[in-house]
Amino acid sequence: MAAARLIDWIDQRFPLTKLWREQVSEYYAPKNFNFWYYFGSLALLILVNQLVTGIFLTMNYNPSASGAFASVEYIMRDVDWGWLIRYMHSTGASAFFIVVYLHMFRALLYGSHRKPRELLWIFGCLIFLLLMAEAFMGYVLPWGNMSFWGAQVIVSLFGSLPVIGGGLVEWIRGDYVIGDATLNRFFALHVAALPIALIFLVIAHLMALHEVGSNNPDGIDIKKYKDADGHPLDGIPMHPYYTVKDLVGVAGFLVIFCGVIFFAPTFGGLFLEGPNFEPANPLQTPPHIAPVWYFTPFYAMLRAVPSFAGTQVWGVLVMGAAIVVLFFVPWLDRSPVRSIRYRGPIYKIMLSIFVAAFIALAVCGLKPPAGIYPLLARVCTVVYFAFFLLMPWYAKFDSVKPVPERVTGHD
Amino acid sequence: MKDEVDHSRRQLLTAATVGTGVIGAVFAAIPFLASWQPSARAKALGAPVEVDASKLEAGQMLKVVWRGQPVFVVRRSQAVIDQLGNHDALLADPKSDDSLQPEYIKAQGAARARNPEYWIGLAVCTHLGCSPLGAFEPNNAYQVAGTDLGPSWPGGFYCPCHGSKYDISGRVFKSMPAPKNLTVPSYAISANARVVIGVDDAPKTTT
Repeated sequence: MAAARLIDWIDQRFPLTKLWREQVSEYYAPKNFNFWYYFGSLALLILVNQLVTGIFLTMNYNPSASGAFASVEYIMRDVDWGWLIRYMHSTGASAFFIVVYLHMFRALLYGSHRKPRELLWIFGCLIFLLLMAEAFMGYVLPWGNMSFWGAQVIVSLFGSLPVIGGGLVEWIRGDYVIGDATLNRFFALHVAALPIALIFLVIAHLMALHEVGSNNPDGIDIKKYKDADGHPLDGIPMHPYYTVKDLVGVAGFLVIFCGVIFFAPTFGGLFLEGPNFEPANPLQTPPHIAPVWYFTPFYAMLRAVPSFAGTQVWGVLVMGAAIVVLFFVPWLDRSPVRSIRYRGPIYKIMLSIFVAAFIALAVCGLKPPAGIYPLLARVCTVVYFAFFLLMPWYAKFDSVKPVPERVTGHD
Repeated sequence: MKDEVDHSRRQLLTAATVGTGVIGAVFAAIPFLASWQPSARAKALGAPVEVDASKLEAGQMLKVVWRGQPVFVVRRSQAVIDQLGNHDALLADPKSDDSLQPEYIKAQGAARARNPEYWIGLAVCTHLGCSPLGAFEPNNAYQVAGTDLGPSWPGGFYCPCHGSKYDISGRVFKSMPAPKNLTVPSYAISANARVVIGVDDAPKTTT
C-alpha cells in the first residue's frame, strides 16, 4: 500500500504512470515481429554499454600526445579489471556497427523508411552519421600509430575541398600537424559533445517511432482493424511481450559479445588493428593503412576514385554522397508496397547485389590498393549508387504481390 | 487604452528581438570557433631545421622533422640524376606547374633540387597526407611494384596508403590518387651539404 501511495504522490506531480502506459505497457506493436526486430533494442543496450564503460575509461585515460598511449597500456595492465572495461568498450564499438548495419538492412527489407516513417529514418541516418564521427574520434584516443595516421588521412579529407580546404584542416587540427591540440579536442567531442547529441537523437528516434508506430515484416498498417477497446487487433503491448522477446535477443547477443571479449578481443586485427599497438610515430606511416572494418566500405569508395583536374576532391565527394544518399531513400523508393514479401524479383535481386557489393567494398577497403581490388572497388561503388539512384524506376515498375489486410503467420 | 492587440507592432517587436538575439548568438559563437585555431604556441614552433646531409651515401635517405612534418633528404647517385628527364611522358606534372615548391626549385626542372645530388621534399603524400616510403630502400616490399613501371623508372617514392607513386624527384606518375608532386619546402644548401629547411638564404659554411 505504501508503494501505491508513493506512486500516487508522484503521479500528482510527474506523469510517471501515464508515460509508462503510453510508451510501454499500452504501446501496441505489431504481433508479427521476427528476428530482424532484435537490433533496435540491442543498439540501445550497446549505447548504454559504451556510455558506462566509456565513463570508467576516462577515469584512467590521459588525453595528451605524450601520455595517451601509456595510459591505455596502464588501463590494460595495472588497473584492476581495466582490460575488461576497455575490451567491452572496443568490442562494443564494432558490435554497435554490426547491429546498426543489420538494423538498417531490416528497414530496406520491410520498407520501414516509407511514409509515414521518413523522419524516423532520417533521425536514424543522423545517428549513423554521428556514430561514425564518434567511432573515428574514439579510435584516435589510444594514440597508436594507426590512430595517428588514420586521423591524418581523415582530417586531410577536408583539405581537398576547394578554397576553404587548407584553413579548415588547420582549424580542425588546431595545429599544423595532428598533435596534442587535435587529441584533446577529439577527446572532448568523443566523451561529451557527441554522446549528448547521440542521446538526444536516440530520444527523437524513439519518439518518432512511438508516434507513428512500428512497421512490421508485412509492411502493413495495423491500426486499420481495432478491437472494442480501440487497440489494434494485430498489435500486442510492448510490455511484457516485446520486453521479454528482446531479453532473449539480449541473452543471445551477450553470449557472442562475451565470447569476443574473452577469447578474441582484437578479432584477428579487425576490431583492434595490429599497428595500433605501436605508439604514434609522425615519421612512419604504417606500411598498410586500413581503417577499422566498419569504415572500410566507404574508405574503399574514397580510394576507388582517381584524382581528376588536379584535385582529389572527387573521392571525398563520392564517399560523402554514399552517406547523403541514405537520407533520400524514403523518397527514392516508389514501390506501391513496403515489404520485400510482396515485392517482385527485381527488388530482391537489386537488394542482394547491393549487399554483396557492400561486403565486397568492405573487403576492398581492408586490402592494399593493388591487384584486383581497385577495379572491384570501382565496380562495387557503381553498384552501391545504382541501387539507390535507380530505385525510383526499378522499385516502381517491379511486379508486386497482393498485400494482405491483416498480418500473416499468426492467429 | 485600447483593448485590441496591435498585431503588426507585436510582429515587428518580435522580429526585432529575434534578430538581435540571433546576431548576439553569432557573435557569442566566434570565441568558441576561434579557439580551434592553432594557438600562439603552435604558431611559434615553426623554426628552421639544420641537417648535415654530407654523411649520406648515394642511395641513402634521411627523414627529419620540420614544423612537425617529416622531410626527406635523399642523396642521389650520378646515374640516377642522369636518368631523371627520361620518363617525363609518364608523369602527371613533369614541370611541377601545379605543384608547390619555391621558384628556384621549379627552375631546376626534373631535378627539383638546388643541388641535384640532394633531393629535399616533404614526406607528405599530396593525396591525404600519409608519409610515402622510399622505394629505393633495401628490403622494401614495393620495389617490385615500382619496377612494373618500366626500366626507365629511376626509383622513387611509394605511398602505402592509397598506392600513389612518385619518381625520385617527388614527381607523381599519371592516374594516381595523388594530384600533385611532393611539396618542396624552402631550404638552403651549402657547398658541403649542410641543409637548412625553412629558409631561403644559404647557411654559413662550417667545416
